[in-house]
Amino acid sequence: MARVLVGVKRVIDYAVKIRVKPDKAGVITDGVKHSMNPFDEIAVEEAVRLKEKKIASEIIAVSCGPAQSQEIIRTALAMGVDRGIHVEVNNPEYENLQPLHISKIFAKLAQDEKIDIVIFGKQAIDDDCAQTAQMTAGLLNWPQAVFASKIEKTNDELTVTREIDGGLEIIKVKLPAILSADLRLNEPRYATLPNIMKAKKKPIKKITPKDLNVDTSPRIQILSVEEPPVRQAGAIVPDVNTLITKLKEKGHI
Amino acid sequence: MSQRSAVINLYKNLLHLGKDYPQGFEYFRSRLKNAFQKNQAVSDKQEIQQLLNKGEYVIKELEALYMLKKYRTLKRRYYE
Repeated sequence: MARVLVGVKRVIDYAVKIRVKPDKAGVITDGVKHSMNPFDEIAVEEAVRLKEKKIASEIIAVSCGPAQSQEIIRTALAMGVDRGIHVEVNNPEYENLQPLHISKIFAKLAQDEKIDIVIFGKQAIDDDCAQTAQMTAGLLNWPQAVFASKIEKTNDELTVTREIDGGLEIIKVKLPAILSADLRLNEPRYATLPNIMKAKKKPIKKITPKDLNVDTSPRIQILSVEEPPVRQAGAIVPDVNTLITKLKEKGHI
Repeated sequence: MSQRSAVINLYKNLLHLGKDYPQGFEYFRSRLKNAFQKNQAVSDKQEIQQLLNKGEYVIKELEALYMLKKYRTLKRRYYE
């Protein structure tokens, strides 16, 4: 049976309106509702389903970030994960933590914990990088099946259906492998209150990138974060002729 | 579990779900409280059981609502 590692990230809740800091250094996170990255929820759900199908033996959820990231690991535990590892990275270091660093941490953990399958969400909804799974596969030299919308186990291989532009691609990967979850992979279960209570008994190990010998010095500098352009106000034209003249003026017809 | 604690548990579970309610927690909480108070005089065991079942049904509906809302938002954001 396979040992599974799942990556979970704490992000600003998908329903919250994002505001940029006045100095354009980033977005406002203080006092804003946070939750688990929705694509990571799908990844956790898939891991739990693998366990329910007796394909996975143990599931470990890992989150890198400040102390509050533990709450996200708790949510994962409430969904059915066995134990958690919290890689503590505090601000301001965390603000400069990039997918490459996360990949190095996961690659190390995957080897230490003798992992067979690593599942990530395909991307986080805050930075939209979609790089961690791919780079972890590269660092470990493991096969990757990213943007998965269906995962089946056949003998020692996984048959994965991938979402690609305008269709689906079906591939086979040998274990150990890296997967990333697309939106249509499954419908994640809700972390109910009784399960959150039960999850409090499950263990969470706390470590730092230094314990794993991972260098987290920044490789990219963020120059500025900007709000998307605001839609300009429209104008009402009195009749069709004016409309046509205006459209011609703008070169649309 | 006694029926009394089953009712209290149901209330707590619903309250927990209310934290994610689109119109806000306060909106949800006041309505939840009203719904429970409306039935506080019910004493027939069978009738209470029916109401408990209805509560469980509402929990399932809320979970489905949240799931769908999230799915649709992400679909609009990333796939359209």
